Amino acid sequence: MSVDTATVAKIASLARIKVTDSDLEAMVPELNGILAWVEQLGEVDVTGIEPMTAVIPNTLRLRDDVVNADPLTGGGIRDQVLANAPAAEHGFFGVPKVIE
Amino acid sequence: MSEYRIQGATGEWEVVIGLEVHAQVTSNAKLFSGAATAFGAEPNAQVSLVDAAMPGMLPVPNRECIRQAVRTGMAINAQINKWSRFDRKNYFYADLPQGYQISQLYHPLVGEGSLEVQVDEKNPESTKTIGIERIHVEQDAGKLMHDQHPTMSYVDLNRSGVALMEIVSRPDMRSPAEAGAYLAKLRQIVRYVGSCDGNMDQGSMRADVNVSVRRPGEPFGTRTETKNVNSVRFVMAVVEQEAKRQVGVIEDGGKIVQETRLYDPDRNETRSMRSKEDAHDYRYFPDPDLLPLVLDDAFLDECRASLPELPDAKRHRYETALGLSAYNANALTADVETARQFEELLASVASAAGKADADVAKRVANWLLSERPGILNAHALPADHAKNSLEANTAIVVATEAGVISGSKAKEIFESHLTSDIDLAAEIDSNKQTTDTGAIEAAVDAVLAANADKVEQYRGGKEALFGFFVGQTMKAMAGKGNPQLVNQVLKAKLG
Repeated sequence: MSVDTATVAKIASLARIKVTDSDLEAMVPELNGILAWVEQLGEVDVTGIEPMTAVIPNTLRLRDDVVNADPLTGGGIRDQVLANAPAAEHGFFGVPKVIE
Repeated sequence: MSEYRIQGATGEWEVVIGLEVHAQVTSNAKLFSGAATAFGAEPNAQVSLVDAAMPGMLPVPNRECIRQAVRTGMAINAQINKWSRFDRKNYFYADLPQGYQISQLYHPLVGEGSLEVQVDEKNPESTKTIGIERIHVEQDAGKLMHDQHPTMSYVDLNRSGVALMEIVSRPDMRSPAEAGAYLAKLRQIVRYVGSCDGNMDQGSMRADVNVSVRRPGEPFGTRTETKNVNSVRFVMAVVEQEAKRQVGVIEDGGKIVQETRLYDPDRNETRSMRSKEDAHDYRYFPDPDLLPLVLDDAFLDECRASLPELPDAKRHRYETALGLSAYNANALTADVETARQFEELLASVASAAGKADADVAKRVANWLLSERPGILNAHALPADHAKNSLEANTAIVVATEAGVISGSKAKEIFESHLTSDIDLAAEIDSNKQTTDTGAIEAAVDAVLAANADKVEQYRGGKEALFGFFVGQTMKAMAGKGNPQLVNQVLKAKLG
């Protein structure tokens, strides 16, 4: 697998990352290098082997349906949530106008 | 029901419809965080660091959300996948702080199932099976407001991370009515199951409507998807308008483009959302923050055991075990709340009257479906009016059932109970209909004596006058004569 300039430009655009043409030129061989390196894994024969999801046997933990049980993952912290926003007004995040 | 066809300039067209319904899962906390889900909170008041996608936050699924999706799957007889997995659906938008939605593309929680929909309102037996391809669990996005500031859009993330079930149908529907019936049935079922409140006006349920047209019998045409349609009526309108539009385009020599569209209810038309075109490149991949979701038998057993009696089974039982008409059984089971009220009043009346459920079911059904609504509507009173209590309803229905008061007196008394301060028990007592045949005979004799001319006419063949005598006797007895006995006595005396 490899990518060309057009593909990298499209991925950047989907992620809304601005990349200059010269950066794009440099990025294509870098990404292809990474892809080729990862592709070496394809040489291993994994016929009949279940995909491994963790190095130790483990299953997904589920939480109870309780609001704000743990303050670290609860709500009611609007000031903290908005603290780093470049623009915040009346309790909302403000973003450049996006309209359909 | 005849088949739905669109008459084009060049002949008949068939419409093919599939629905993707997003239903908000009823839960206290969000799918992957502990923030609350309640509707109508202050902006961003129900947002955790997880929902705002702060660096280093890890999602942990809410067991209740998984449970409700599984129960919904069981209610549509679907295959439940004991092994499922979450994937990232990547797109960039201001209402999606993570830059991806956690969803389930490759291994959904719920597999194939189906729904029976009623295709003819008047005939509960006329059904069609609509296939359901899957139900998967995913996060909702935040809400954007565009009209509050001249240059900025405002973002409220309260809804961000709330659990949704996406219920994907097969392209099995062939008319606006079938699409509407399917959505209504789905709403009925999730409300019975308790997995979604079904409040479409609050956005708890919304449908993406896939529509294509073809010549009857030919392969599927190219479809369009109209997003976020939020009522049964609008779904039907979208199907109708979009199918007509497609027929027009094709007959004018054009081609249907696979695209996303929006419905404008004010103009009753769909229009293209061209900007979303390349957003379909979602670059899905398994979410590395989440292990596969593995459910054990005990979990599934609890889900199954906690399912309530579902509407079709309930309707069937009301007809067979309680002896109700198909029409009444259908009306009582249409909404889970109506069925709950019926069963509550039925149990209360049966126990107070010392009778079996089946012996009082018809009277309770008629009271709830026609008599009581008539009174409530006449005074524009809400069904949850404090005086419209279980006790009051029980007292009235039991008194009628026992023949203590007549049906018309029951309505009068209940009306005064709702609209004024009366002592219900005393009122019932003072309006007791008399079964004292002596009193009834005396009243009948007086009426016949006072109307000797009419008695002659009646005996001469004018039998329609019988009603007049009944009316006069009831009037003379202030409405308290037992109607059956009055009839009997009159018949005997008139010969």
